[in-house]
Amino acid sequence: MGRLIRVAIIGAGVVGASIARVLSMFEDFEVHLIEREADVGWGVSKANTGIIHAGYDDEPSLFPLRAKLCAEGNRIWHEWVKDLDIPIRWCGSLVLAFNSEEEKILEELLDRGIRNGAPSLEIIDHEKLKMLEPNSSEKATSALWAPTAGQISPWDAVIALVENSVTNGVKLHLSTEVKEVKVVGGQISGLETNEFFLKVDCVINAAGLYADKISEMAGVGGYHIKPRKGEYLIFDKDAEPKVNRIIFPTPTPISKGVVVTTTTDGNLMIGPSAQDLPENLREDKSNTYDGLKIVWESASNLVNKLPPRNKVIRFFAGLRPEPSGGDFIIRDCNEVFGFIEASGMRSPGLTSAPAVARMILDSLKVKFDLNPKPKAGWKRYRRRIKRFSEMTFEERSKAMNENPRYGRIICVDELVTEAEIVEAIRRGATTIDGVKFRTRACMGACQGSSCMYKVAVILARELNVPLWMVSLRGPGTEIGIGDVKALFIEKNKSKGKAKIDGEKL
Amino acid sequence: MEKNYDLAIIGGGPAGLASSIKAWKLGVKSIVLLEESNLLGGVLPQCIHPGFGLHYFREDLTGPEFAAKLLDRLKDTGVNVLVGSYAEHLEVKSSGEKEIFGYKYGEAFKIKCKAVIYAAGCRERSRFEVNILGDRPVGVYTAGEAQTLMDMYGILPGSEIVVVGSGDVGLIMARRFALEGADVKAVVEIMPYPGGLTRNIVQCLEDFHIPLYLSCMVTEINGSRRVEGVKIVRVDEKFNPIHGSENSLKCDTVILAVGLKPRVELRDKAGALIDEATGGPIVNDWLETTIPGVFAAGNVLVINDLVDYAAEQGERAAESAAKFMHDGLAAFKFKRVILGRNVRLVVPHLISCVQDVTFYGRVGKPEENVQVRFDEIGQAFKLPIARPSEMFRFKISADDLLKLHDEKMVVNVVKV
Repeated sequence: MGRLIRVAIIGAGVVGASIARVLSMFEDFEVHLIEREADVGWGVSKANTGIIHAGYDDEPSLFPLRAKLCAEGNRIWHEWVKDLDIPIRWCGSLVLAFNSEEEKILEELLDRGIRNGAPSLEIIDHEKLKMLEPNSSEKATSALWAPTAGQISPWDAVIALVENSVTNGVKLHLSTEVKEVKVVGGQISGLETNEFFLKVDCVINAAGLYADKISEMAGVGGYHIKPRKGEYLIFDKDAEPKVNRIIFPTPTPISKGVVVTTTTDGNLMIGPSAQDLPENLREDKSNTYDGLKIVWESASNLVNKLPPRNKVIRFFAGLRPEPSGGDFIIRDCNEVFGFIEASGMRSPGLTSAPAVARMILDSLKVKFDLNPKPKAGWKRYRRRIKRFSEMTFEERSKAMNENPRYGRIICVDELVTEAEIVEAIRRGATTIDGVKFRTRACMGACQGSSCMYKVAVILARELNVPLWMVSLRGPGTEIGIGDVKALFIEKNKSKGKAKIDGEKL
Repeated sequence: MEKNYDLAIIGGGPAGLASSIKAWKLGVKSIVLLEESNLLGGVLPQCIHPGFGLHYFREDLTGPEFAAKLLDRLKDTGVNVLVGSYAEHLEVKSSGEKEIFGYKYGEAFKIKCKAVIYAAGCRERSRFEVNILGDRPVGVYTAGEAQTLMDMYGILPGSEIVVVGSGDVGLIMARRFALEGADVKAVVEIMPYPGGLTRNIVQCLEDFHIPLYLSCMVTEINGSRRVEGVKIVRVDEKFNPIHGSENSLKCDTVILAVGLKPRVELRDKAGALIDEATGGPIVNDWLETTIPGVFAAGNVLVINDLVDYAAEQGERAAESAAKFMHDGLAAFKFKRVILGRNVRLVVPHLISCVQDVTFYGRVGKPEENVQVRFDEIGQAFKLPIARPSEMFRFKISADDLLKLHDEKMVVNVVKV
């Protein structure tokens, strides 16, 4: 083996995590995965529709990377979800057409899909549509059926990728913000962060909404990322009717439109809207009256019936990073040796991520003139936290026998036990959202009002911090400001805040 | 663990405790009480303010005192209490036998019994259920959640507070924060009148100089990590925002007191019918649901204003369960109670007319000087002030109910 190449991946979203996993397969790389937030996958990867697209959307002459990597990514995900035990439903997707104009577009999509290598696409008539999706709109005249599309749990995907990468030697740095990309003599020399200086040979920019800023720091730049907001509504698990397939409208040049789908956890979900925000609003994930109205109305057109509005348990919004050129920006930058872009990962970024990772590996091989050596003992498989709610009665009894905390139900709506929460913390959750995304605690109808404090108490105990310092999403989001008498203590100029310990559950 | 009991009571709050005690007194000697948390009393232990027990104990008590009194009585019984025990589902065999499946530390349990009293209480509505838009930062709590954090775990959620909803729960939490030195910026109420008791308006808001914004709505929460403020707008009679009346209010904490929902999940699985109006099960005057031998009491039955009512319903359910096991309850002809003018909900839904019945109800819109009329039996009760937020409760004797010859009885709220 030649010398060890030190690689820093900026951004632990689905793109950065996919790259980390692929690089972890080889002896040649020392990989550092750097994330600004307190946990992985909390940027673009967390708040999207979670669809593994079939690959018919993107016109190869206009967006060659999107077109190529989407179909390829779809194929790789079919393996990866098995390797990594990621929740997925390979349910297929339907694009509905409502008139002859839209039917023409379906023909275009079919043709494009075939050119992109998306398998088994088919245009089906109204009757067959109803057989595949009984809840599809009566007014739909035909549909494009893409059987290889799937619904994934996007945050579970990132958590799985990172866990597997870390098992295989990747070093994860959370709450670490890149302040400066050091370039010496046209060559990457390291990263300055809020935490430390990291000497590296190569920087891979997977910084999502902030990729253009990172690129500018390296002196490359030349593009802009614009945030495009998408709002969503989620229904309670028991809300009916659901859909069996992912249902799209006929796409417009701007967006694939509002989707009706059922998440891997069994909640009906509708969204996203598509609102272009000014460049400076990269943190604006607020929900708006207009956004939710558009989502509701558009979704209503796609199906016979939506569940009643009072069955909505949550709404949220996510931002997609729209690159100025429209296509993904994946390239080895000749201007700065060792700086590689994996940015502009708008839709279908989630689908394409594994293919992007392989493409990055290829460019590293060329750049550093490598024939990388597979890592001995590389672990291909990772298992997710076993969910009590998904166990059979016998499995539950056995689980409780081995670990009595499986008998303590913390989140009633989602039937999440203390054992799962403790395991989530053992695997790296340090916040309430970290536990939530790993276990589904607080994701039910009450949205945490009955169980958030119980999760917080367990976090305080396991992390050995005062209860008030337990946070929703890391520093600055603590659930309290101190002891219940904190304001009087402050007024009396006592030094520091009184400490109390989380009461034992 | 598998065990047989005559009666299983699900939920160790005021309704469940009162029914356990009552059932024991009535001679039911094989009782199990299942409580999900590790502490009995339901919401009572965290309600450290007074105002409880005026009806039930004829004393002004705090929540913990109310709970302590019930627990004292429970000690004198042979009720088998299982805390930390979550009842996941209920199955009813064709023989009528009931099986409750659930989990506790280290083991699953299965309880076979003849009768069940379901007293699992309610949950609070979230911001998403009342459509408060904007960001999703830390610092947004339901009133009960904030109360748990403060009075069970001793931590302070924030220092600048906006309370949404002026029901008693909202008013009490406004005062609770003020007592800890927090700056309570406002209580915001969408209705043109306060939701809580006048007594609480005076004692919780006026005494602490906390402003009450009526006919106002919080439309948005702002703040990327922690709450930084809310947007408030005035609304017209139809609750539509009035253009140009938007205002921002700086705060670091939003407390939501925007209504409660019965926790009917377990019952749903057993297939009991649910009343859209109450959100709880449909019951007859024995407080028996549509599943014979399964009774409901407390906030799972109907959201009560007073803990006293929940306890009273618990006792009623216990009497019924005892009778169910002894003589059976099937031999009655039930007549329907119909919602008439300005009546949003009434419990019970069916009456047998062989016993005294306590009716609990709410009006649909506020009115003054009205009567609650039961015309078919010639009964009327004065209600000087009728508000949706204030439950009405009337007891009608069996003698009066015997006068009902129709198949139904309509409840009307009528101007005098």
